[in-house]
Amino acid sequence: MLMRLSFKKPEKFSVYWNEVMHEMVSVGIGSLGIIAIISVFIGAAVTIQTAFQLINPLIPKSVVGSIARDSTILEFSPTISALVLAGRVGSSMASQIGTMRVTEQIDALEIMGVNSPGFLISPKVIAGVIMIPMLVIVSVLLGFTGGLIACSLSSEVSANDFLTGLSDGFNPVIVTVCLTKAAVFGFIITSICSFQGFYTSGGALEVGQSATRGGGYSCVMILFFDLVIARIFL
Amino acid sequence: MIEVQDVHKTFGENKVLKGITAQLKAGQNNLIIGGSGSGKTTLLKCIVGLHEPTQGKIIYDGEDFTSMSFVERVPIRTQIGMLFQSSALFDSMTVQDNIIFPLNLFTKMPYAEKVDRANFCLERVNLAGKGALYPSELSGGMKKRVGIARAISMQPKYLFVDEPNSGLDPKTSILIDELIAEITQEYKTTTVVVTHDMNSVMGIGDHIIFLNDGQKWWEGTNKEIAHTDNPELNSFVFASKFMQAAREKL
Repeated sequence: MLMRLSFKKPEKFSVYWNEVMHEMVSVGIGSLGIIAIISVFIGAAVTIQTAFQLINPLIPKSVVGSIARDSTILEFSPTISALVLAGRVGSSMASQIGTMRVTEQIDALEIMGVNSPGFLISPKVIAGVIMIPMLVIVSVLLGFTGGLIACSLSSEVSANDFLTGLSDGFNPVIVTVCLTKAAVFGFIITSICSFQGFYTSGGALEVGQSATRGGGYSCVMILFFDLVIARIFL
Repeated sequence: MIEVQDVHKTFGENKVLKGITAQLKAGQNNLIIGGSGSGKTTLLKCIVGLHEPTQGKIIYDGEDFTSMSFVERVPIRTQIGMLFQSSALFDSMTVQDNIIFPLNLFTKMPYAEKVDRANFCLERVNLAGKGALYPSELSGGMKKRVGIARAISMQPKYLFVDEPNSGLDPKTSILIDELIAEITQEYKTTTVVVTHDMNSVMGIGDHIIFLNDGQKWWEGTNKEIAHTDNPELNSFVFASKFMQAAREKL
């Protein structure tokens, strides 16, 4: 019902467009730092741990790169990034909309004749569905960079073996799975957190509770849909 | 003119409004007064469409507002200006952008004209040159005045004001009351003010509706209120010793 209201025809397209751009910057550029840090470290850790388990004279060393690639693209980049973004972006959205609710700013929008779910929620959902896949692409690339750095700093697997492994036996379907997950997670985070914020009532305490609930429910749904998408595509 | 016809509002088992009928005339300051929990804010929210009445009608200049859909209400809503108790300014926007916001959505004015209109509205509330500030940089009284500037930016036909004096010092309260009264005269708006501030009642109350326990108990002007023999109204208006002493001198 709220989603249906959110995607009604806007009162003025240009005003909504500005909001979408603003949210895209907030979600995308605003989250780039944290995504970069976790991606490099997770990429490095995955590579080291894979190498620890697979160093064997019978297994080519490039396999470490292949496994790190698939793990990063299929699971670590989309899912870990989404869980982090549920905390960073989702909670922020829920508390922003919740604060607008308890300070009567949403009432002010409705009095003016503005479709408040449309004005507040649809730009956030659009921004999430577009920007979170982009962040995940960045995360994948930085994850590989982290793996490469880890290989350069250790003696178990050479950087060349790692790079060879990245391209060996590459199946493009994993990119489809990765981007599908990212887009679905983007929708989950923004819609659940916006819903929680929009139906906040009370004061500062309830705004905090909405943000916590939004982040928590998003994480559970992300893990559930992670499984569903993996089952459907793989 | 706004007509309120037998409006009831129930939340679960709690009957907040029990059949209120009133006429709110254009060019007048219509004050809705009453104690806490009397239903005055609920009545205001029913009139502006933030709550749907359980029963009864709200008529804006002959048009039945209660039977309209959200989209059908938009032409009337664009003629409504409202000042909220908390001012309800958009935190993420500057003062100027707050005032321009409804113009952006509902007019095709060029940007320069919108800026001129915002500056005019700010001058009207004695806040010229404050357009670049954010709401967090304003005092309570300034926020109220920006709220009024935003409310009049679309030259409203109906002006609603919820508790304009709450949290303000007496001098600023009087300034806000005077501003509301001036705007009512200037734009010939149907102004509806919800208040329990007796200075406002005596100062700008052209038409006063006293609510008690969700019902209309008294209706009249600020001149009549001092001489009423309605016991509930007397105990509300003349609750303080100062007001009792003032009444004896009248």
